[in-house]
Amino acid sequence: MNRAQKVALILLGLVALASLFAGVLASSSYSQQFRDSLNASPSARFPLGTDELGRDRFARLLYGTRVSLILAPAAAFLSTLIAALIGGTAGYLGGKWERAVTAGIDLFLSLPWLFLLLTVRALLPLNTSPITSVIITFLLLGCLGWATPARIIRAGTRTLVHSDYLVQARANGISRIRLFWRHLLPNLRPILLAQFWISVPVFILSEANLGLLGLGVSEPLPSWGAMLRELENYTAILHNPWMLVPAALLVVVVCCLQLVLGTEERIPC
Amino acid sequence: MLRLVAALLFTLTLAAQSAGELRFCLRTEPKTFNPLLVEDESSETIRYLTAGVLVRLNRYTQELEGELTSKWKVTENGRRIDFDLRQNVSFSDGTPFTCEDVAYTIRQLMDPALHSPTGDAFRSAPGAVESKCTGAASVMARFPGPVAALAAQFDQVGILSARSAHKESAVLGPFMVGEYKAGSYILLRRNPNYWKHDANGKKLPYLDAIRLEIQQNRELELLRFRRNQLDIVNKLDPEMYDRLSAEMPKSVIDAGPSLDWEVVFFNQVASAPLPDYKRRWFQSDEFRRAISEAINRDDICRVVYRGHARPAVGPASVSNRFWLNASLKPAPYSASAALARLERDGFHRSGNALLDRDRHKVEFSMITNAGNKLHERTLALIQQDLAKLGIQLNVVVLDFPSLIERISRSFNYESVLMAITNVDLDPNGQMNIWLSSADNHQWNPAQKTPATPWEAEIDKLMQAQNAAQDLNKRKAYFDKVQQIVWERAPILFLVNPNALSAVSSNVKNVTPATLRPQIYWNAERLTIGGTLVSQR
Repeated sequence: MNRAQKVALILLGLVALASLFAGVLASSSYSQQFRDSLNASPSARFPLGTDELGRDRFARLLYGTRVSLILAPAAAFLSTLIAALIGGTAGYLGGKWERAVTAGIDLFLSLPWLFLLLTVRALLPLNTSPITSVIITFLLLGCLGWATPARIIRAGTRTLVHSDYLVQARANGISRIRLFWRHLLPNLRPILLAQFWISVPVFILSEANLGLLGLGVSEPLPSWGAMLRELENYTAILHNPWMLVPAALLVVVVCCLQLVLGTEERIPC
Repeated sequence: MLRLVAALLFTLTLAAQSAGELRFCLRTEPKTFNPLLVEDESSETIRYLTAGVLVRLNRYTQELEGELTSKWKVTENGRRIDFDLRQNVSFSDGTPFTCEDVAYTIRQLMDPALHSPTGDAFRSAPGAVESKCTGAASVMARFPGPVAALAAQFDQVGILSARSAHKESAVLGPFMVGEYKAGSYILLRRNPNYWKHDANGKKLPYLDAIRLEIQQNRELELLRFRRNQLDIVNKLDPEMYDRLSAEMPKSVIDAGPSLDWEVVFFNQVASAPLPDYKRRWFQSDEFRRAISEAINRDDICRVVYRGHARPAVGPASVSNRFWLNASLKPAPYSASAALARLERDGFHRSGNALLDRDRHKVEFSMITNAGNKLHERTLALIQQDLAKLGIQLNVVVLDFPSLIERISRSFNYESVLMAITNVDLDPNGQMNIWLSSADNHQWNPAQKTPATPWEAEIDKLMQAQNAAQDLNKRKAYFDKVQQIVWERAPILFLVNPNALSAVSSNVKNVTPATLRPQIYWNAERLTIGGTLVSQR
């Protein structure tokens, strides 16, 4: 791990710590409505002001970070894992299996999965708690988000399989399992990590979009996605940048830090 | 030469007064141009602007006025209506308007094969309608059963031509469909044969055309309005209204509380897949009234609707001048009174939670439709209001088809927050909600016999007001219905949102009304940038 990665890790750790100690750092609960202080400007009492229902934006940002920082990477991990299994196997085995998987990926990408999400939400018990509901949402996103990374991983694996050092390793009689674990997987790591880090912001924003369809985080639980929905009211944001700038900045910074952690990986030979 | 100059000046004056194209948006494609088959809002707009009617409800004064009829008389206890028709009136294609056209329209309206939604209001009993000319310019219609507010129902009946070869395109209203490009726009042109004149004897309408752009995206609609590409924006939400108000304060119009309601109701269907203890809660009058008292309606108006709504009283909106039971007031907000009421009903606090007599924690879900920020915010407020009583409310946002499926077919829900659109001042428009046998008796629909004595009482009162011809008697019956609804709270009426619109300063003669269509109800008198006196 180089210095940039260390700094990124420390900063990410600080963000995670802040979200874990949200109860201590924020003076009020994320759901408490101060109905006489609607859309209030930043003050000592409300460091980032309040939202349209008079809720403390700072508290909501910290608690929202907790939700998004844990669940979006979890969903990204799940989708990358599925993509690695399907894409990696297809690229490694090649032939009919690879063609079948490629066709399967194309088919999967062409299907309207939004309807599945809507159906699942409609089938969930109505008294599902907000946190269970959001976990299911991210789980579904993770399960449905594998196809695009799988395509990239398959292509990457295929290139590696035909590389000189792997051909030479095979010629030396190294077993398939050792070939996979010792030579192929370590070289796939940068691709897998890149796919993982790319997926994290995608899932954060997907959750925001799903919120419009009722599949996102339900009230009163906050999330980054739900906070970014305020972008819809762009004129209000232009006049009161404190409404969104901290949340947007945090999302951008965290995503950048995650990319620093991911892209600095070296390919071992 | 002098004559030529005078003629030119006269032409220029006319052009200044009549020129202009009014532009606004329809949210969806109209489903029909046949005035008798109108069901959707876009088709209703076309009907309002193109169809000629015998009587018209003045959206501003809320009084009935004769249009194609100069006089009408309702007899036989509301079964028969006689009209004296205006003479020298022609359809847009030049065909003369006669009593045969009215008789033909009424027969079409009541033809079971046509399935006219407009005709449903006239089908009070089985049997055929009798409709015939009783003179050169008079016509009668006799319906199989008494029809309440019979004359007012004709506000929705666009007269068709019995003889014109063009049928639906031959109209008696101020405008006629000129061009239609599916998915893009509908151009309504001025009807050259429109019969109305202004006080100075000038032919109406003043406008040359109305361009109805088909546009679903509200932000785009607003953007086009700001760029002066549209003249009217209908049904603004409070956030958009305030945004526009900050930029163009003279363009926005708050016409006051509309007839629409934001309501909450609980599932009281006997066969619903609910635990028995929850069904007991929802069927308890005290429980429902306590929830009603625990909801701070003033805060919903102030916080969610930014002051552009009024706490609702009941089935009649606060803007329904005649039918509102003035002795009733919106349910007063009081958490302590609500808790006391719940305690009288066997509930009690245990720590932060509220428990029923069998020690079940009071927790229920409330569903609403996705994508409606006003509903989501209202639910967040209700959630906190109920939390003060120790009630846990789980907010569930569903796509609209799923919501409808749950409340009207599977009955797999506990409570719902939804908007009800109401276009009718007359309580007969609500028969489908209050009769216990009705499919839209939402909290417990299509009952074979009334489930409770008070529902039986409402049935009786609604039928009595439907049969009575004396307006004051009808009002007395409906006042009693409102009283029962207030006391039993089968539906918790939260707020009546205000009718919010935006109108370009180029449009003159605008007189905003609370009834739909709020801005262009007097479309024939609107003008663009003309010299006519503005009433705004």
